[in-house]
Amino acid sequence: MNAMLERISVPTSPIANESTGAFASLTAVTKRYSNGVLALDNLSLTLRRGEIVALLGPNGAGKSTAIKLLMGLSSPTSGAVRIFGADPRNTAARLRIGVMLQVGKAPEMLRVREHIELFRGYYPNPMPYASIIQAAGLEGIEERMFGQLSGGQKQRVLFAIALAGDPDLIFLDEPTVGFDTKARRGIWAQIRSLAARGKTVLLTTHYLEEADALAHRIIVINKGRVVCEGTPEEVKSVGSIAPGTSDRRSLKTIRCATTLAIPTLLAISGVTSAESSSGLTTIVSTQAESTLRELLALDTTLHSLEVQSPALEDAFLAITSDRE
Amino acid sequence: MSSATLAAVQPASAFGRTLRIFLRETRYEFTRLVRTRSFALSVIGFPVAFYVFFGLVMNRGEQIGSVSVAKYMLAGYAVFGLVGAAFFGIGVGLSSELAAGWLELKRASPMPPIAYLLAKCCSAIAFGIIIVSILTGLGVLFGHVSLSLPDYARMIALTIIGVLPFACMGMALALLLPFSSAPGIANMIYLPMSFCGGLWIPIMLLPHFLQRFALLLPTYHLGQLMLGSFGYASAGTTSSHWLGLAGFTLMMLGIASLGLRRLEENS
Repeated sequence: MNAMLERISVPTSPIANESTGAFASLTAVTKRYSNGVLALDNLSLTLRRGEIVALLGPNGAGKSTAIKLLMGLSSPTSGAVRIFGADPRNTAARLRIGVMLQVGKAPEMLRVREHIELFRGYYPNPMPYASIIQAAGLEGIEERMFGQLSGGQKQRVLFAIALAGDPDLIFLDEPTVGFDTKARRGIWAQIRSLAARGKTVLLTTHYLEEADALAHRIIVINKGRVVCEGTPEEVKSVGSIAPGTSDRRSLKTIRCATTLAIPTLLAISGVTSAESSSGLTTIVSTQAESTLRELLALDTTLHSLEVQSPALEDAFLAITSDRE
Repeated sequence: MSSATLAAVQPASAFGRTLRIFLRETRYEFTRLVRTRSFALSVIGFPVAFYVFFGLVMNRGEQIGSVSVAKYMLAGYAVFGLVGAAFFGIGVGLSSELAAGWLELKRASPMPPIAYLLAKCCSAIAFGIIIVSILTGLGVLFGHVSLSLPDYARMIALTIIGVLPFACMGMALALLLPFSSAPGIANMIYLPMSFCGGLWIPIMLLPHFLQRFALLLPTYHLGQLMLGSFGYASAGTTSSHWLGLAGFTLMMLGIASLGLRRLEENS
């Protein structure tokens, strides 16, 4: 029976194999809950060794369903889920993953040290206790009860628990909720160093800044499908394409104070839109360099020049709203 | 030869690993419950207070059958205490960890689920033994209860076994009810079940229809077994009480597995 399942799933998941660098994969996965809700709709994604992947999407997009499937907490209606080439419910596969979930409440009357020791005990080769404490920034609060910690400290304990088994694949669900900027940057540095050591990190986040700063690859999902996938730059440029155009070159926003009239600006090559308000003109161009050359030649008095890539947030909103 | 040794070593080490995880899990679960004052104080305090009032203070040296009132009531409140430890320790504990998503984090880890469940059961058993021992001490010191060592050993053995049906009931409750209503409903089951099972006042003082209804209650059967271990001749036979407990346990396991399946379908 098992052998049969193997044979069926192999042709559909040619890359779900560790030797090719794929640590985990969802292949054509559909998940329909018993109440009829379609959470994932023929979704495929692959996580490779040493990369940080951010899973982005509005609430209800299917992010947590995708993560739950990869953690083996739920099984797909159809399609294949593989971790290190095995079923994620397999204990051997579980020994190599670390999980940080959004937990409403952990047992409050256990000390930080006890929580970490408990989880370290689940693994034959856990990460050294001192390294976990240092990586999660828990020095000095190890003897506190979990219930006495602040929100940010609790999150750090949950991060420490994810590291307990020195895993090769780490799932982080909203890892920096409740963090101040300094603590957030501290965890980012830890996540980067994990990836540098060949670990794979999949994170979901509401902070687009976090995905932009951290991820090698962003997968945007909405309504259970992948709508866009690529480096943060690629995702931003996809999202910035004006609806109705198929231009995939990257868009830039140019802001300046100029005396040129709007119709003149629109005639410049590459310009897709131009508008001015309170003395500043905002121009969107698909060929920023040539637009700028012409602009500067036409208006020698131009000043306060500023050129920007569109923010990931704009891209994200454009992607998830355009493709309904 | 080497492959034979390997095959022998593998399951043994897997078992050893599970055992180590189970022992640590149990230690921390017990520590956690002791530190959770609201749990520890109420689960130990209620049976102790009830026994002091109804078994010791109001006791006028009367006999029920061949057993003194203090000893008769000791059996009832011992069962009342161990049922509370099992039902609340597992029912409310599991329900809260389920609701908070903590159980999900545990399930995603390589922790063997059996280690988790057994740790909860063993912690409840430990609480049960503590409660029964305190009650016995009070009875011996202040109620002139004469209890031989084998009597006490039989009480402890019944405590260990008696925790299981109520642990299963706790599990069924946690899997079926949302956490917001679980503690309230647990009390609404626990208190009437204890009263009607004859744990608070002797069963023959209850109205006739309640005495008949008690036959359906696991608290009644465990109470009668506890009394039986003191040499008190109970209404039914020993085997009928064991059957009653076993039937109840199976029913609760069935309900729990239905709840589990519903939970898995929704995840």
